[in-house]
Amino acid sequence: MAVEVRIPTILRSYTGGAKSVEGSGGTLAELLADLDSRHGGLQERLVDEGGLRRFVNVYLNDEDVRFLGGLTTPVKDGDTVTVLPAVAGGRA
Amino acid sequence: MRYDSLLDSLGGTPLVGLPSLSPGSGVRLWAKLEERNPTGSVKDRPALFMVEQAEKEGQLQPGSVILEPTSGNTGIALAMIARLRGYRMVCVMPENTSAERRQLLEMYGAQIISSPAAGGSNEAVRVARQLAAEHPDWVMLYQYGNQANIQSHYETTGPELLADLPGITHFVAGLGTSGTIIGVGRYLREQVPGVQIVAAEPRYGDLVYGLRNMDEGFVPELYDESVLTSRISVSSPDALRRTRELLDAEGIFAGISSGCALHAALVVADRAVAAGQTAEIALVIADGGWKYLSTGAYGGTLEEAAARLEGQLWA
Repeated sequence: MAVEVRIPTILRSYTGGAKSVEGSGGTLAELLADLDSRHGGLQERLVDEGGLRRFVNVYLNDEDVRFLGGLTTPVKDGDTVTVLPAVAGGRA
Repeated sequence: MRYDSLLDSLGGTPLVGLPSLSPGSGVRLWAKLEERNPTGSVKDRPALFMVEQAEKEGQLQPGSVILEPTSGNTGIALAMIARLRGYRMVCVMPENTSAERRQLLEMYGAQIISSPAAGGSNEAVRVARQLAAEHPDWVMLYQYGNQANIQSHYETTGPELLADLPGITHFVAGLGTSGTIIGVGRYLREQVPGVQIVAAEPRYGDLVYGLRNMDEGFVPELYDESVLTSRISVSSPDALRRTRELLDAEGIFAGISSGCALHAALVVADRAVAAGQTAEIALVIADGGWKYLSTGAYGGTLEEAAARLEGQLWA
């Protein structure tokens, strides 16, 4: 078991085209660091000095991690993490 | 009830219980039926507030042109108001929005300019900004950044909800411009200690996000993270399934974004049940299902409907 991380099309150049990859870690930050060890450069596209980049949204089991603890959000085996670019919402 | 005109009838929408979908045991769901507004969606509220604000400030005069990036409901609301008040309306909308919306807009006399499907509403915003620069005399009300959008919900939707549901513990609404969730959220937070404000965010297929560069994303100017308690991402199949449940279980024929809101509301409801808490959860039915019939969302199996929605903006 590990954490499944879904990757948006625009970042699949870092994952050899894979739609989802697996990683491990106790927190989101550790998970991203683990991913970066195999998919170099990915972390830098998601995180800057201030935390998650402004137009990057990351969801832990469908919930926005900004409301859970950001990069310190705990993750565990079996969780699903989804990365998406911020887009203008609908119904507008 | 009697009103002087259609616009005077705006708001005051019913809040109805969802007895079959509520988990019971003190956790209840309530739906605010915003499709009962003049043009059939929650967007009549911000549209009227934005137009009246622009009139007050002298931006809009008879014969003025209103320009707006919109995937439908705001455009329809603005087109109706523009028609009644003597303005011209130009909508910029993604080419993959539903046929019904286009026909309605044309009936109200609006001119439609299509933006590329890839990138969704982001592209519509970009194209509209370009047009605004080319036509400085056109008035872009810009729902994503116009405080009157928030104000409409702060002054009307919020107070209506609290009057009908004084014991409200959670408010759930879709996340688009952020107007509804931030306007109602701010009002409720001032009035109800501990109230939870939950945004339901549509999650589209790869096609919609396909060309988005992570550095060129879009966060509406109205968005204020501090008002929200949580933000739940809802996939197209989940939104579709809940849209059908609204009809099957409660008789409500709603648009797909309402299924999105219901899904988030049920996530919240399940947590309350698991925690042994009581909850009064209000969610917004943003519009009816009529404008989405051509998307194929209501026919065949869920899998077939989800496949047909791939690449479409359903909310």
